[in-house]
Amino acid sequence: MESNGYSDVVSQQASLDAAAPVDQTHKGCGAAGGSGRASCGSSMAPEDMAPGVWEKVKNHPCYSEEAHHHYARMHVAVAPACNIQCNYCNRKYDCANESRPGVVSERLTPEQAARKTLAVASAIPQMTVLGIAGPGDPLANPEKTFRTFELIAREAPDIKLCLSTNGLALPDYVDRIKDLNVDHVTITINMVDPEIGARIYPWIYYRHKRHTGRDAAQILHERQMQGLEMLTERGILCKVNSVMIPGINDRHLVEVNKAVKSRGAFLHNIMPLISAPEHGTVFGLSGQRGPSAQELKTLQDRCEGQMNMMRHCRQCRADAVGLLGEDRSSEFTTEKVMEMELTYDGAARRAYQTAVEGQRHEKAAAKEAELRDLDGRGGDIAILVAVATKGEGRVNEHFGHAKEFQVYEANAHGVKFVGHRRVDLYCQGGYGEEEALPTIIRALNDCAAVLVAKIGGCPRATLKEAGIEPVDACAYEFIDAAVLAYYKSYIDRIEKGEITHTHRGDAAIRQGAYVAA
Amino acid sequence: MPYKIIGSQCTACSACEPECPNNAIREKDGTYIIKPEKCTECIGYFDDPQCVAVCPVENTCVVDSSVPRYQA
Repeated sequence: MESNGYSDVVSQQASLDAAAPVDQTHKGCGAAGGSGRASCGSSMAPEDMAPGVWEKVKNHPCYSEEAHHHYARMHVAVAPACNIQCNYCNRKYDCANESRPGVVSERLTPEQAARKTLAVASAIPQMTVLGIAGPGDPLANPEKTFRTFELIAREAPDIKLCLSTNGLALPDYVDRIKDLNVDHVTITINMVDPEIGARIYPWIYYRHKRHTGRDAAQILHERQMQGLEMLTERGILCKVNSVMIPGINDRHLVEVNKAVKSRGAFLHNIMPLISAPEHGTVFGLSGQRGPSAQELKTLQDRCEGQMNMMRHCRQCRADAVGLLGEDRSSEFTTEKVMEMELTYDGAARRAYQTAVEGQRHEKAAAKEAELRDLDGRGGDIAILVAVATKGEGRVNEHFGHAKEFQVYEANAHGVKFVGHRRVDLYCQGGYGEEEALPTIIRALNDCAAVLVAKIGGCPRATLKEAGIEPVDACAYEFIDAAVLAYYKSYIDRIEKGEITHTHRGDAAIRQGAYVAA
Repeated sequence: MPYKIIGSQCTACSACEPECPNNAIREKDGTYIIKPEKCTECIGYFDDPQCVAVCPVENTCVVDSSVPRYQA
Protein backbone atom coordinates (compact mmCIF):
# COMPACT_ATOMS: atom_id res chain seq x y z
CA MET A 1 0.00 0.00 0.00
CA GLU A 2 2.91 2.32 0.72
CA SER A 3 3.84 2.42 -2.95
CA ASN A 4 0.30 3.48 -3.86
CA GLY A 5 0.45 6.84 -2.19
CA TYR A 6 -1.21 5.69 1.01
CA SER A 7 1.88 5.70 3.21
CA ASP A 8 0.07 7.95 5.64
CA VAL A 9 -2.50 5.27 6.27
CA VAL A 10 -1.05 4.35 9.66
CA SER A 11 -1.38 7.84 11.05
CA GLN A 12 -4.84 8.13 9.54
CA GLN A 13 -5.92 4.89 11.04
CA ALA A 14 -5.97 6.18 14.59
CA SER A 15 -8.37 9.00 13.82
CA LEU A 16 -10.52 6.86 11.53
CA ASP A 17 -10.81 4.13 14.11
CA ALA A 18 -11.91 6.68 16.67
CA ALA A 19 -14.70 7.76 14.34
CA ALA A 20 -15.57 4.29 13.10
CA PRO A 21 -18.77 2.84 14.50
CA VAL A 22 -17.30 -0.60 15.10
CA ASP A 23 -15.33 -1.40 18.21
CA GLN A 24 -11.87 -2.81 17.50
CA THR A 25 -12.41 -5.52 20.10
CA HIS A 26 -15.60 -6.69 18.42
CA LYS A 27 -15.29 -10.39 17.79
CA GLY A 28 -18.48 -11.04 15.91
CA CYS A 29 -22.05 -11.88 16.66
CA GLY A 30 -21.86 -13.95 19.78
CA ALA A 31 -19.46 -16.37 18.11
CA ALA A 32 -16.69 -15.63 20.57
CA GLY A 33 -18.19 -12.89 22.68
CA GLY A 34 -20.21 -13.38 25.83
CA SER A 35 -23.97 -13.72 25.87
CA GLY A 36 -25.89 -10.60 25.06
CA ARG A 37 -23.05 -9.44 22.86
CA ALA A 38 -24.92 -10.29 19.73
CA SER A 39 -24.23 -7.79 16.99
CA CYS A 40 -24.73 -7.27 13.26
CA GLY A 41 -28.23 -6.05 13.97
CA SER A 42 -29.31 -9.42 15.33
CA SER A 43 -30.77 -7.71 18.38
CA MET A 44 -32.35 -4.27 18.33
CA ALA A 45 -29.51 -1.74 18.48
CA PRO A 46 -26.20 -3.59 18.48
CA GLU A 47 -24.32 -2.78 21.66
CA ASP A 48 -21.18 -1.73 19.82
CA MET A 49 -22.93 0.63 17.41
CA ALA A 50 -23.02 4.36 18.07
CA PRO A 51 -26.63 5.57 18.59
CA GLY A 52 -26.33 8.05 15.72
CA VAL A 53 -25.30 5.28 13.34
CA TRP A 54 -28.12 2.98 14.49
CA GLU A 55 -30.58 5.81 13.90
CA LYS A 56 -29.35 6.01 10.30
CA VAL A 57 -29.43 2.29 9.55
CA LYS A 58 -32.26 0.89 11.65
CA ASN A 59 -34.86 1.13 8.88
CA HIS A 60 -32.44 0.35 6.05
CA PRO A 61 -32.83 -3.27 4.93
CA CYS A 62 -29.39 -3.40 3.28
CA TYR A 63 -27.48 -1.82 6.16
CA SER A 64 -29.15 -3.67 9.03
CA GLU A 65 -29.87 -7.41 9.04
CA GLU A 66 -32.52 -6.82 11.67
CA ALA A 67 -34.24 -4.21 9.50
CA HIS A 68 -34.36 -6.46 6.46
CA HIS A 69 -37.13 -8.57 7.99
CA HIS A 70 -39.38 -5.51 8.25
CA TYR A 71 -38.41 -2.95 5.65
CA ALA A 72 -38.28 -3.00 1.88
CA ARG A 73 -36.14 -1.27 -0.70
CA MET A 74 -36.44 -0.43 -4.33
CA HIS A 75 -33.96 0.24 -7.09
CA VAL A 76 -34.72 2.43 -10.06
CA ALA A 77 -32.83 1.63 -13.24
CA VAL A 78 -31.94 5.10 -14.46
CA ALA A 79 -28.19 4.52 -14.94
CA PRO A 80 -27.44 2.27 -17.93
CA ALA A 81 -23.90 3.46 -18.74
CA CYS A 82 -20.82 2.03 -17.08
CA ASN A 83 -17.21 3.17 -16.96
CA ILE A 84 -15.50 -0.14 -16.26
CA GLN A 85 -15.74 -3.74 -17.44
CA CYS A 86 -15.86 -6.56 -14.89
CA ASN A 87 -15.32 -10.20 -15.77
CA TYR A 88 -18.37 -11.21 -13.73
CA CYS A 89 -20.77 -8.84 -15.45
CA ASN A 90 -22.64 -9.05 -18.73
CA ARG A 91 -25.51 -6.66 -19.11
CA LYS A 92 -26.66 -7.86 -22.52
CA TYR A 93 -28.53 -10.78 -21.01
CA ASP A 94 -31.93 -9.91 -19.57
CA CYS A 95 -34.48 -12.40 -18.39
CA ALA A 96 -37.40 -11.67 -16.08
CA ASN A 97 -36.60 -14.72 -13.96
CA GLU A 98 -33.02 -13.68 -13.61
CA SER A 99 -32.00 -12.15 -10.32
CA ARG A 100 -28.55 -10.66 -10.17
CA PRO A 101 -26.95 -7.23 -10.31
CA GLY A 102 -26.74 -5.50 -13.67
CA VAL A 103 -29.98 -6.99 -14.93
CA VAL A 104 -33.15 -4.95 -15.50
CA SER A 105 -36.33 -5.34 -17.51
CA GLU A 106 -36.75 -1.70 -18.48
CA ARG A 107 -34.79 1.52 -18.13
CA LEU A 108 -36.39 4.61 -16.70
CA THR A 109 -36.02 8.33 -17.13
CA PRO A 110 -35.60 10.28 -13.87
CA GLU A 111 -39.23 11.44 -14.17
CA GLN A 112 -40.49 7.86 -14.64
CA ALA A 113 -38.32 6.74 -11.75
CA ALA A 114 -39.74 9.38 -9.41
CA ARG A 115 -43.28 8.39 -10.32
CA LYS A 116 -42.50 4.72 -9.82
CA THR A 117 -41.00 5.49 -6.40
CA LEU A 118 -44.15 7.31 -5.31
CA ALA A 119 -46.30 4.45 -6.62
CA VAL A 120 -44.31 1.88 -4.65
CA ALA A 121 -44.20 4.06 -1.52
CA SER A 122 -47.99 4.43 -1.68
CA ALA A 123 -48.58 0.70 -2.10
CA ILE A 124 -45.84 -0.65 0.21
CA PRO A 125 -45.57 1.37 3.45
CA GLN A 126 -42.51 -0.62 4.56
CA MET A 127 -40.55 0.69 1.55
CA THR A 128 -38.09 3.06 3.20
CA VAL A 129 -35.11 3.07 0.85
CA LEU A 130 -34.61 4.14 -2.74
CA GLY A 131 -31.37 3.04 -4.29
CA ILE A 132 -29.73 3.59 -7.66
CA ALA A 133 -27.55 0.65 -8.52
CA GLY A 134 -27.35 0.65 -12.26
CA PRO A 135 -27.78 -1.37 -14.35
CA GLY A 136 -24.47 0.37 -15.15
CA ASP A 137 -22.75 2.64 -12.64
CA PRO A 138 -24.83 5.49 -11.13
CA LEU A 139 -21.85 7.86 -11.21
CA ALA A 140 -21.17 7.13 -14.88
CA ASN A 141 -24.66 8.63 -15.38
CA PRO A 142 -24.39 11.53 -12.94
CA GLU A 143 -27.07 13.77 -14.41
CA LYS A 144 -29.73 11.04 -14.52
CA THR A 145 -28.80 9.78 -11.06
CA PHE A 146 -28.79 13.13 -9.29
CA ARG A 147 -31.88 14.40 -11.11
CA THR A 148 -33.74 11.30 -9.85
CA PHE A 149 -32.62 11.94 -6.28
CA GLU A 150 -33.68 15.59 -6.50
CA LEU A 151 -37.16 14.71 -7.75
CA ILE A 152 -37.71 12.07 -5.06
CA ALA A 153 -36.37 14.22 -2.22
CA ARG A 154 -38.88 16.88 -3.21
CA GLU A 155 -41.92 14.55 -3.37
CA ALA A 156 -41.13 12.02 -0.64
CA PRO A 157 -38.62 13.48 1.80
CA ASP A 158 -38.90 10.57 4.26
CA ILE A 159 -37.40 8.07 1.81
CA LYS A 160 -33.73 7.36 2.34
CA LEU A 161 -31.55 7.70 -0.73
CA CYS A 162 -28.58 5.50 -1.48
CA LEU A 163 -26.39 4.51 -4.38
CA SER A 164 -23.99 1.77 -5.28
CA THR A 165 -20.86 2.43 -7.34
CA ASN A 166 -17.62 0.88 -8.52
CA GLY A 167 -15.90 3.97 -7.11
CA LEU A 168 -14.02 5.09 -10.22
CA ALA A 169 -15.91 8.40 -10.50
CA LEU A 170 -16.71 8.68 -6.79
CA PRO A 171 -14.15 11.33 -5.73
CA ASP A 172 -15.61 13.70 -8.35
CA TYR A 173 -19.12 13.45 -6.88
CA VAL A 174 -18.75 13.06 -3.11
CA ASP A 175 -19.73 16.67 -2.44
CA ARG A 176 -22.80 16.43 -4.65
CA ILE A 177 -23.75 13.21 -2.86
CA LYS A 178 -23.42 15.03 0.47
CA ASP A 179 -25.46 18.02 -0.74
CA LEU A 180 -28.33 15.74 -1.76
CA ASN A 181 -28.41 14.05 1.67
CA VAL A 182 -27.54 10.66 0.23
CA ASP A 183 -26.20 9.16 3.42
CA HIS A 184 -25.60 5.56 2.36
CA VAL A 185 -23.09 4.72 -0.36
CA THR A 186 -21.91 1.26 -1.36
CA ILE A 187 -18.61 0.77 -3.17
CA THR A 188 -17.77 -2.55 -4.80
CA ILE A 189 -14.13 -3.22 -3.95
CA ASN A 190 -12.73 -6.58 -5.03
CA MET A 191 -9.02 -5.94 -4.54
CA VAL A 192 -6.37 -3.66 -3.12
CA ASP A 193 -3.63 -5.25 -5.25
CA PRO A 194 -3.58 -4.22 -8.94
CA GLU A 195 -2.08 -7.59 -9.95
CA ILE A 196 -5.25 -9.24 -8.66
CA GLY A 197 -7.38 -6.44 -10.08
CA ALA A 198 -6.01 -7.10 -13.56
CA ARG A 199 -7.59 -10.57 -13.41
CA ILE A 200 -11.01 -9.11 -12.53
CA TYR A 201 -11.20 -5.92 -14.62
CA PRO A 202 -10.17 -6.08 -18.29
CA TRP A 203 -10.47 -2.30 -18.70
CA ILE A 204 -11.65 1.00 -17.27
CA TYR A 205 -12.61 4.25 -19.02
CA TYR A 206 -11.06 7.14 -17.16
CA ARG A 207 -10.40 10.76 -18.19
CA HIS A 208 -11.20 10.10 -21.84
CA LYS A 209 -8.97 7.05 -22.14
CA ARG A 210 -9.39 3.32 -21.96
CA HIS A 211 -6.87 1.76 -19.57
CA THR A 212 -6.20 -1.97 -19.43
CA GLY A 213 -4.35 -4.48 -17.27
CA ARG A 214 -2.46 -3.50 -14.14
CA ASP A 215 -2.63 0.19 -15.05
CA ALA A 216 -6.45 0.07 -15.05
CA ALA A 217 -6.62 -1.76 -11.72
CA GLN A 218 -4.14 0.65 -10.13
CA ILE A 219 -6.22 3.69 -11.09
CA LEU A 220 -9.43 2.02 -9.97
CA HIS A 221 -7.88 1.05 -6.63
CA GLU A 222 -6.59 4.54 -5.91
CA ARG A 223 -9.92 6.13 -6.80
CA GLN A 224 -11.84 3.64 -4.64
CA MET A 225 -9.66 4.31 -1.59
CA GLN A 226 -9.81 8.07 -2.12
CA GLY A 227 -13.59 7.97 -2.52
CA LEU A 228 -14.04 5.90 0.63
CA GLU A 229 -11.84 8.27 2.65
CA MET A 230 -13.79 11.28 1.36
CA LEU A 231 -17.12 9.67 2.32
CA THR A 232 -15.82 8.91 5.81
CA GLU A 233 -14.58 12.49 6.25
CA ARG A 234 -18.06 13.77 5.45
CA GLY A 235 -19.86 11.35 7.74
CA ILE A 236 -21.56 9.42 4.91
CA LEU A 237 -22.04 5.77 5.83
CA CYS A 238 -20.20 3.50 3.47
CA LYS A 239 -20.75 -0.20 2.88
CA VAL A 240 -18.19 -2.15 0.86
CA ASN A 241 -19.32 -4.98 -1.41
CA SER A 242 -16.81 -7.62 -2.54
CA VAL A 243 -17.33 -10.48 -4.94
CA MET A 244 -15.63 -13.66 -3.70
CA ILE A 245 -13.89 -15.30 -6.66
CA PRO A 246 -12.21 -18.57 -5.60
CA GLY A 247 -8.58 -18.77 -6.70
CA ILE A 248 -8.44 -15.07 -7.63
CA ASN A 249 -9.34 -12.89 -4.65
CA ASP A 250 -10.77 -15.24 -1.99
CA ARG A 251 -7.75 -15.09 0.34
CA HIS A 252 -7.01 -11.50 -0.66
CA LEU A 253 -10.40 -10.30 0.61
CA VAL A 254 -9.04 -10.45 4.16
CA GLU A 255 -6.58 -7.71 3.09
CA VAL A 256 -9.40 -5.79 1.40
CA ASN A 257 -11.37 -6.04 4.64
CA LYS A 258 -8.51 -4.50 6.63
CA ALA A 259 -7.95 -1.74 4.07
CA VAL A 260 -11.58 -0.65 3.97
CA LYS A 261 -12.08 -0.86 7.70
CA SER A 262 -9.03 1.33 8.30
CA ARG A 263 -10.58 3.94 6.00
CA GLY A 264 -13.86 3.99 7.88
CA ALA A 265 -16.16 1.60 6.00
CA PHE A 266 -19.10 0.69 8.18
CA LEU A 267 -20.10 -2.71 6.83
CA HIS A 268 -18.47 -5.32 4.58
CA ASN A 269 -20.60 -7.48 2.30
CA ILE A 270 -18.73 -10.43 0.79
CA MET A 271 -20.91 -12.02 -1.88
CA PRO A 272 -20.44 -15.25 -3.81
CA LEU A 273 -19.48 -14.98 -7.48
CA ILE A 274 -22.41 -15.71 -9.79
CA SER A 275 -20.96 -17.34 -12.90
CA ALA A 276 -23.43 -19.59 -14.69
CA PRO A 277 -22.24 -20.10 -18.29
CA GLU A 278 -25.61 -18.99 -19.70
CA HIS A 279 -25.02 -15.46 -18.34
CA GLY A 280 -22.26 -15.07 -20.93
CA THR A 281 -19.81 -13.39 -18.57
CA VAL A 282 -16.05 -13.90 -18.98
CA PHE A 283 -15.97 -15.91 -15.74
CA GLY A 284 -19.10 -17.85 -16.72
CA LEU A 285 -17.58 -18.84 -20.06
CA SER A 286 -14.13 -19.63 -18.65
CA GLY A 287 -15.57 -22.05 -16.08
CA GLN A 288 -14.53 -19.93 -13.08
CA ARG A 289 -16.54 -21.40 -10.19
CA GLY A 290 -18.22 -19.58 -7.33
CA PRO A 291 -17.63 -20.49 -3.67
CA SER A 292 -19.58 -23.10 -1.69
CA ALA A 293 -21.75 -22.01 1.22
CA GLN A 294 -19.15 -23.02 3.79
CA GLU A 295 -16.26 -21.41 1.87
CA LEU A 296 -18.20 -18.14 1.89
CA LYS A 297 -19.12 -18.44 5.56
CA THR A 298 -15.54 -19.26 6.59
CA LEU A 299 -14.25 -16.11 4.87
CA GLN A 300 -17.03 -13.97 6.35
CA ASP A 301 -16.29 -15.39 9.81
CA ARG A 302 -12.58 -14.62 9.35
CA CYS A 303 -13.30 -11.00 8.50
CA GLU A 304 -15.85 -10.59 11.27
CA GLY A 305 -13.23 -9.89 13.91
CA GLN A 306 -12.35 -6.80 11.86
CA MET A 307 -15.75 -5.22 11.25
CA ASN A 308 -19.45 -5.94 10.85
CA MET A 309 -20.20 -8.31 8.01
CA MET A 310 -23.33 -8.22 5.91
CA ARG A 311 -24.63 -11.70 5.17
CA HIS A 312 -28.18 -10.97 4.12
CA CYS A 313 -27.43 -9.51 0.66
CA ARG A 314 -29.57 -11.11 -2.06
CA GLN A 315 -27.47 -9.73 -4.95
CA CYS A 316 -30.62 -8.19 -6.33
CA ARG A 317 -31.46 -6.76 -9.70
CA ALA A 318 -30.97 -3.08 -10.46
CA ASP A 319 -34.77 -2.72 -10.62
CA ALA A 320 -35.78 -4.85 -7.63
CA VAL A 321 -38.80 -3.86 -5.51
CA GLY A 322 -39.84 -5.23 -2.13
CA LEU A 323 -38.32 -6.97 0.86
CA LEU A 324 -34.87 -8.41 0.19
CA GLY A 325 -35.50 -11.90 -1.15
CA GLU A 326 -38.78 -10.97 -2.80
CA ASP A 327 -39.21 -9.11 -6.05
CA ARG A 328 -42.39 -7.24 -6.80
CA SER A 329 -41.00 -5.25 -9.74
CA SER A 330 -43.50 -6.80 -12.15
CA GLU A 331 -46.32 -5.06 -10.24
CA PHE A 332 -44.73 -1.71 -10.97
CA THR A 333 -43.86 -1.62 -14.66
CA THR A 334 -43.86 1.83 -16.25
CA GLU A 335 -47.10 0.99 -18.00
CA LYS A 336 -48.83 0.08 -14.74
CA VAL A 337 -47.30 2.97 -12.81
CA MET A 338 -48.53 5.50 -15.35
CA GLU A 339 -52.10 4.24 -14.90
CA MET A 340 -52.00 4.26 -11.09
CA GLU A 341 -53.64 6.98 -9.08
CA LEU A 342 -50.98 8.12 -6.65
CA THR A 343 -51.81 9.14 -3.12
CA TYR A 344 -48.63 9.59 -1.18
CA ASP A 345 -49.76 9.33 2.43
CA GLY A 346 -46.90 10.14 4.78
CA ALA A 347 -49.10 9.71 7.88
CA ALA A 348 -50.09 6.14 6.92
CA ARG A 349 -46.43 5.30 6.30
CA ARG A 350 -45.46 6.64 9.72
CA ALA A 351 -48.28 4.70 11.42
CA TYR A 352 -47.11 1.48 9.79
CA GLN A 353 -43.54 2.13 10.84
CA THR A 354 -44.59 2.77 14.43
CA ALA A 355 -46.39 -0.59 14.47
CA VAL A 356 -43.22 -2.25 13.19
CA GLU A 357 -41.22 -0.67 16.01
CA GLY A 358 -43.56 -2.36 18.51
CA GLN A 359 -43.01 -5.73 16.82
CA ARG A 360 -39.26 -5.25 16.88
CA HIS A 361 -39.31 -4.66 20.63
CA GLU A 362 -41.45 -7.77 21.15
CA LYS A 363 -39.02 -9.76 19.04
CA ALA A 364 -35.99 -8.57 21.03
CA ALA A 365 -37.76 -9.40 24.32
CA ALA A 366 -38.64 -12.94 23.11
CA LYS A 367 -35.00 -13.53 22.20
CA GLU A 368 -33.73 -12.26 25.54
CA ALA A 369 -36.16 -14.59 27.34
CA GLU A 370 -34.89 -17.62 25.37
CA LEU A 371 -31.28 -16.63 26.02
CA ARG A 372 -31.93 -16.47 29.76
CA ASP A 373 -33.64 -19.85 29.56
CA LEU A 374 -30.67 -21.36 27.70
CA ASP A 375 -28.36 -19.99 30.39
CA GLY A 376 -25.14 -20.64 28.49
CA ARG A 377 -25.70 -24.39 28.07
CA GLY A 378 -24.33 -26.17 25.02
CA GLY A 379 -20.59 -25.86 25.48
CA ASP A 380 -18.77 -25.70 22.13
CA ILE A 381 -21.65 -27.02 20.07
CA ALA A 382 -22.72 -24.74 17.23
CA ILE A 383 -25.41 -25.67 14.71
CA LEU A 384 -26.94 -24.10 11.63
CA VAL A 385 -30.72 -23.91 11.40
CA ALA A 386 -32.63 -23.02 8.21
CA VAL A 387 -35.82 -20.97 8.46
CA ALA A 388 -38.72 -20.43 6.03
CA THR A 389 -39.95 -16.85 6.43
CA LYS A 390 -41.75 -14.25 4.39
CA GLY A 391 -40.90 -11.31 6.64
CA GLU A 392 -41.64 -9.68 10.01
CA GLY A 393 -38.86 -11.76 11.58
CA ARG A 394 -41.17 -14.76 12.03
CA VAL A 395 -41.19 -18.44 11.02
CA ASN A 396 -44.18 -17.88 8.78
CA GLU A 397 -43.60 -19.55 5.40
CA HIS A 398 -44.62 -23.04 4.30
CA PHE A 399 -41.76 -25.31 3.27
CA GLY A 400 -43.24 -25.75 -0.20
CA HIS A 401 -43.69 -22.02 -0.80
CA ALA A 402 -40.19 -20.94 0.17
CA LYS A 403 -38.05 -19.45 -2.59
CA GLU A 404 -35.21 -19.13 -0.12
CA PHE A 405 -34.31 -20.25 3.38
CA GLN A 406 -32.57 -18.02 5.89
CA VAL A 407 -29.75 -19.69 7.82
CA TYR A 408 -29.01 -18.98 11.48
CA GLU A 409 -26.12 -20.14 13.60
CA ALA A 410 -26.92 -20.99 17.22
CA ASN A 411 -24.47 -21.67 20.01
CA ALA A 412 -24.34 -21.44 23.79
CA HIS A 413 -24.00 -17.65 23.61
CA GLY A 414 -26.77 -16.76 21.20
CA VAL A 415 -28.04 -16.78 17.67
CA LYS A 416 -27.02 -14.91 14.55
CA PHE A 417 -28.07 -14.72 10.94
CA VAL A 418 -25.30 -16.20 8.77
CA GLY A 419 -26.79 -16.41 5.30
CA HIS A 420 -29.59 -17.43 3.01
CA ARG A 421 -30.03 -20.10 0.37
CA ARG A 422 -32.08 -19.65 -2.77
CA VAL A 423 -33.99 -22.73 -3.86
CA ASP A 424 -36.52 -23.79 -6.46
CA LEU A 425 -40.09 -23.82 -5.22
CA TYR A 426 -41.04 -27.26 -3.92
CA CYS A 427 -44.80 -26.76 -4.13
CA GLN A 428 -46.28 -25.90 -7.53
CA GLY A 429 -50.02 -25.47 -7.73
CA GLY A 430 -50.60 -27.68 -4.70
CA TYR A 431 -48.38 -30.55 -5.82
CA GLY A 432 -44.90 -31.39 -4.58
CA GLU A 433 -42.19 -30.97 -7.21
CA GLU A 434 -40.02 -34.01 -6.59
CA GLU A 435 -37.19 -32.75 -8.80
CA ALA A 436 -36.82 -29.64 -6.62
CA LEU A 437 -36.32 -31.57 -3.38
CA PRO A 438 -32.73 -32.78 -3.99
CA THR A 439 -31.61 -29.22 -4.83
CA ILE A 440 -33.25 -27.93 -1.63
CA ILE A 441 -31.46 -30.60 0.38
CA ARG A 442 -28.12 -29.70 -1.26
CA ALA A 443 -28.73 -26.05 -0.36
CA LEU A 444 -29.51 -26.90 3.28
CA ASN A 445 -27.03 -29.75 3.68
CA ASP A 446 -25.03 -27.97 6.40
CA CYS A 447 -28.14 -27.35 8.54
CA ALA A 448 -29.32 -29.52 11.44
CA ALA A 449 -32.95 -28.49 11.08
CA VAL A 450 -35.37 -26.45 9.01
CA LEU A 451 -38.04 -24.42 10.83
CA VAL A 452 -41.25 -23.93 8.85
CA ALA A 453 -44.85 -22.81 9.32
CA LYS A 454 -46.05 -26.04 7.73
CA ILE A 455 -44.65 -29.00 5.78
CA GLY A 456 -46.13 -32.01 3.96
CA GLY A 457 -45.49 -35.65 4.82
CA CYS A 458 -43.33 -36.51 1.82
CA PRO A 459 -40.69 -33.75 2.06
CA ARG A 460 -40.68 -34.27 5.82
CA ALA A 461 -39.58 -37.90 5.42
CA THR A 462 -36.96 -37.07 2.77
CA LEU A 463 -35.46 -34.28 4.87
CA LYS A 464 -35.23 -36.62 7.89
CA GLU A 465 -33.42 -39.21 5.78
CA ALA A 466 -30.92 -36.52 4.78
CA GLY A 467 -30.35 -35.71 8.46
CA ILE A 468 -32.16 -32.36 8.39
CA GLU A 469 -34.88 -32.23 11.04
CA PRO A 470 -38.12 -30.58 9.83
CA VAL A 471 -39.74 -28.54 12.63
CA ASP A 472 -43.19 -26.94 12.49
CA ALA A 473 -43.70 -26.66 16.26
CA CYS A 474 -42.62 -23.00 16.28
CA ALA A 475 -44.86 -21.82 13.45
CA TYR A 476 -45.39 -18.04 13.41
CA GLU A 477 -43.00 -17.44 16.32
CA PHE A 478 -40.12 -14.95 16.12
CA ILE A 479 -37.11 -16.47 14.34
CA ASP A 480 -34.36 -15.70 16.87
CA ALA A 481 -36.41 -17.08 19.77
CA ALA A 482 -37.49 -20.14 17.75
CA VAL A 483 -33.91 -20.98 16.73
CA LEU A 484 -32.72 -20.63 20.34
CA ALA A 485 -35.58 -22.84 21.52
CA TYR A 486 -34.59 -25.45 18.94
CA TYR A 487 -30.96 -25.22 20.04
CA LYS A 488 -32.00 -25.76 23.65
CA SER A 489 -34.03 -28.87 22.72
CA TYR A 490 -31.06 -30.11 20.66
CA ILE A 491 -28.75 -29.77 23.68
CA ASP A 492 -31.38 -31.38 25.94
CA ARG A 493 -31.59 -34.40 23.65
CA ILE A 494 -27.80 -34.71 23.48
CA GLU A 495 -27.61 -34.63 27.29
CA LYS A 496 -30.28 -37.34 27.48
CA GLY A 497 -28.34 -39.44 24.96
CA GLU A 498 -31.18 -39.37 22.41
CA ILE A 499 -29.07 -37.89 19.61
CA THR A 500 -25.40 -37.30 18.90
CA HIS A 501 -24.01 -34.06 17.52
CA THR A 502 -22.33 -34.48 14.13
CA HIS A 503 -20.63 -32.04 11.81
CA ARG A 504 -22.98 -31.42 8.88
CA GLY A 505 -20.52 -30.64 6.06
CA ASP A 506 -20.96 -28.17 3.19
CA ALA A 507 -23.85 -26.86 1.07
CA ALA A 508 -24.29 -25.52 -2.45
CA ILE A 509 -25.00 -21.90 -3.41
CA ARG A 510 -27.72 -21.80 -6.05
CA GLN A 511 -26.55 -20.41 -9.40
CA GLY A 512 -28.54 -19.18 -12.32
CA ALA A 513 -32.13 -18.16 -12.86
CA TYR A 514 -35.11 -19.47 -10.97
CA VAL A 515 -36.74 -22.13 -13.10
CA ALA A 516 -39.86 -21.66 -11.02
CA ALA A 517 -40.48 -18.00 -10.37
CA MET B 1 -13.84 7.75 -42.26
CA PRO B 2 -16.29 8.33 -39.47
CA TYR B 3 -17.32 5.74 -36.93
CA LYS B 4 -20.61 3.87 -36.95
CA ILE B 5 -22.41 1.76 -34.35
CA ILE B 6 -23.44 -1.77 -35.25
CA GLY B 7 -27.04 -1.64 -34.12
CA SER B 8 -27.50 -5.37 -33.55
CA GLN B 9 -24.70 -5.31 -30.97
CA CYS B 10 -25.58 -2.02 -29.27
CA THR B 11 -26.98 -2.52 -25.76
CA ALA B 12 -28.28 1.07 -25.72
CA CYS B 13 -26.35 1.72 -22.50
CA SER B 14 -25.93 5.37 -23.59
CA ALA B 15 -22.30 5.56 -22.37
CA CYS B 16 -21.06 6.93 -25.73
CA GLU B 17 -23.59 9.74 -26.07
CA PRO B 18 -22.18 12.22 -23.53
CA GLU B 19 -18.55 11.33 -24.36
CA CYS B 20 -18.76 12.37 -28.03
CA PRO B 21 -17.07 15.79 -28.39
CA ASN B 22 -19.11 16.51 -31.52
CA ASN B 23 -22.57 15.64 -30.20
CA ALA B 24 -22.78 13.24 -33.11
CA ILE B 25 -24.45 10.41 -31.19
CA ARG B 26 -28.14 10.03 -30.41
CA GLU B 27 -30.69 7.34 -29.70
CA LYS B 28 -32.81 6.04 -32.54
CA ASP B 29 -35.21 3.11 -32.42
CA GLY B 30 -33.78 1.52 -29.30
CA THR B 31 -30.09 1.75 -30.18
CA TYR B 32 -27.61 4.57 -30.67
CA ILE B 33 -26.41 5.99 -34.00
CA ILE B 34 -23.54 8.26 -35.07
CA LYS B 35 -24.28 11.06 -37.51
CA PRO B 36 -21.46 10.56 -40.05
CA GLU B 37 -21.22 14.21 -41.10
CA LYS B 38 -20.60 15.25 -37.48
CA CYS B 39 -18.03 12.55 -36.57
CA THR B 40 -14.40 13.68 -36.59
CA GLU B 41 -12.97 10.40 -35.20
CA CYS B 42 -12.18 12.59 -32.18
CA ILE B 43 -9.21 14.02 -34.09
CA GLY B 44 -8.19 17.27 -32.42
CA TYR B 45 -9.97 16.35 -29.19
CA PHE B 46 -8.62 13.05 -27.88
CA ASP B 47 -6.03 10.41 -28.70
CA ASP B 48 -8.67 7.73 -29.11
CA PRO B 49 -12.21 7.79 -30.48
CA GLN B 50 -14.29 8.10 -27.32
CA CYS B 51 -17.20 5.91 -28.45
CA VAL B 52 -14.78 3.02 -29.03
CA ALA B 53 -13.03 3.59 -25.69
CA VAL B 54 -16.21 3.56 -23.60
CA CYS B 55 -18.35 1.00 -25.46
CA PRO B 56 -18.84 -2.19 -23.40
CA VAL B 57 -19.29 -4.45 -26.44
CA GLU B 58 -16.09 -5.05 -28.44
CA ASN B 59 -16.17 -4.19 -32.17
CA THR B 60 -19.47 -2.35 -31.95
CA CYS B 61 -18.21 1.18 -32.67
CA VAL B 62 -16.27 0.64 -35.90
CA VAL B 63 -14.94 2.64 -38.82
CA ASP B 64 -17.56 3.21 -41.52
CA SER B 65 -15.52 2.72 -44.70
CA SER B 66 -18.45 3.68 -46.92
CA VAL B 67 -17.99 7.33 -45.96
CA PRO B 68 -14.89 9.38 -46.89
CA ARG B 69 -12.30 10.02 -44.23
CA TYR B 70 -12.63 13.12 -42.06
CA GLN B 71 -10.32 15.97 -43.13
CA ALA B 72 -8.97 17.86 -40.15
